[in-house]
Amino acid sequence: MSSSSSLVAMKKVVHQLRFEASINRVKVSQAAADLQQFCIQNATQDPLLTGVSSSTNPFRPQKVCSFL
Amino acid sequence: MASEKAEIDALKKECDGLRTQIEAARKAVNDGSMTGASGGVASVGRVQLKLRKTLKGHLAKIYAMHWATDSKQMVSASQDGKLLVWDTHTGNKLVAVPLKSAWVMSVAFAPSGNLVASGGLDNICTVYNIKAASPKTLRELDAHTGYLSCCRFLSDSEILTASGDTTCCLWDLETGKQKVVFTNHIGDCMSLALSPDMNTFISGACDSLAKLWDVRDGTCKQTFSGHTSDINAIAFFHSGNAIITGSDDCACKMYDLRSDQEVINYQDTSLNAGVTSLALSSSGRLIFAGYDDFNCHIWDSLKGEKVGVLSGHDNRVSCTGVPEDGLGVCTGSWDSFLKLWN
Repeated sequence: MSSSSSLVAMKKVVHQLRFEASINRVKVSQAAADLQQFCIQNATQDPLLTGVSSSTNPFRPQKVCSFL
Repeated sequence: MASEKAEIDALKKECDGLRTQIEAARKAVNDGSMTGASGGVASVGRVQLKLRKTLKGHLAKIYAMHWATDSKQMVSASQDGKLLVWDTHTGNKLVAVPLKSAWVMSVAFAPSGNLVASGGLDNICTVYNIKAASPKTLRELDAHTGYLSCCRFLSDSEILTASGDTTCCLWDLETGKQKVVFTNHIGDCMSLALSPDMNTFISGACDSLAKLWDVRDGTCKQTFSGHTSDINAIAFFHSGNAIITGSDDCACKMYDLRSDQEVINYQDTSLNAGVTSLALSSSGRLIFAGYDDFNCHIWDSLKGEKVGVLSGHDNRVSCTGVPEDGLGVCTGSWDSFLKLWN
């Protein structure tokens, strides 16, 4: 019966919302501070921020060797 | 009948009450903005990456790409009916996998490098052994009733899939059977990403919601709203505490998992194109987002500002990826080319 399945569906929605409502939430200021700290701590190891030198760049176009 | 209607009405009222409760709880911890807090952080300046290589070989639109964990090999999928495995350092093609169905939408590399998987409008996720003398079909995972939009390996024995049938699924590759089905989205699932610790994953869907799931028990732990159209791309911040989404509503958003809410919106009035794909630099400071406007725009993840652009494709950028060593960005496009930048 369609009305029973609506009831089952509604119960599932309520169950899910109850679960989602129950979690503990951290203050955004704390979360923001942690995200910033992570970025700053890892910045020196981030090649796309620091730049990749041509001698160590794996994607640079291959130099052609020629016999002199 | 009447008592059932009364019960449904009571449940609806409870739903509304719970939704209000959740919004109030989110507001209660919203004690400051991310962009405000980033005022003291040094600017990254203008990020100008150079095009280093253009990988030519596909004969039709590229829909997906995925880096191998060695940061050297990469697999791409095109509606020319092929998967190509590339050595990105030399630009050589290592393996070509002919597909049964050309309508591919997703491709993934297993962490071991032994397997690749792909799928699309055939509703099937096919897993191939690419270490065999010629690519061999290992498994055809056939249970979704909608297109396969995304797939990601946990290991050589488990894979996660996202589907247009609104579900995601964890498969056992040894048996070829579904282990866990993740149901809660009310729109096509378009994208998924595994958490760094592999205990949870996130999915983005056409219901404009992003959801966080427990990989093992199938429960939806958190739901993130805010987008006003399909979420096409999703990624974990490397700390595991935040997620980034990209949507047809032309915006990207960062949601913090512990605050359970949106903390930054990446949007520009001059950008009127949907976001198709996204990837983060290794520190998480830069977001590379592919758009329908043929470009990959670069955002400062902390300050919410646009800091650069990768221009060069002649059609929509459909996929973007940064390898584990963070040494570059790969963009794939409907123009049939892949480009490597750093």
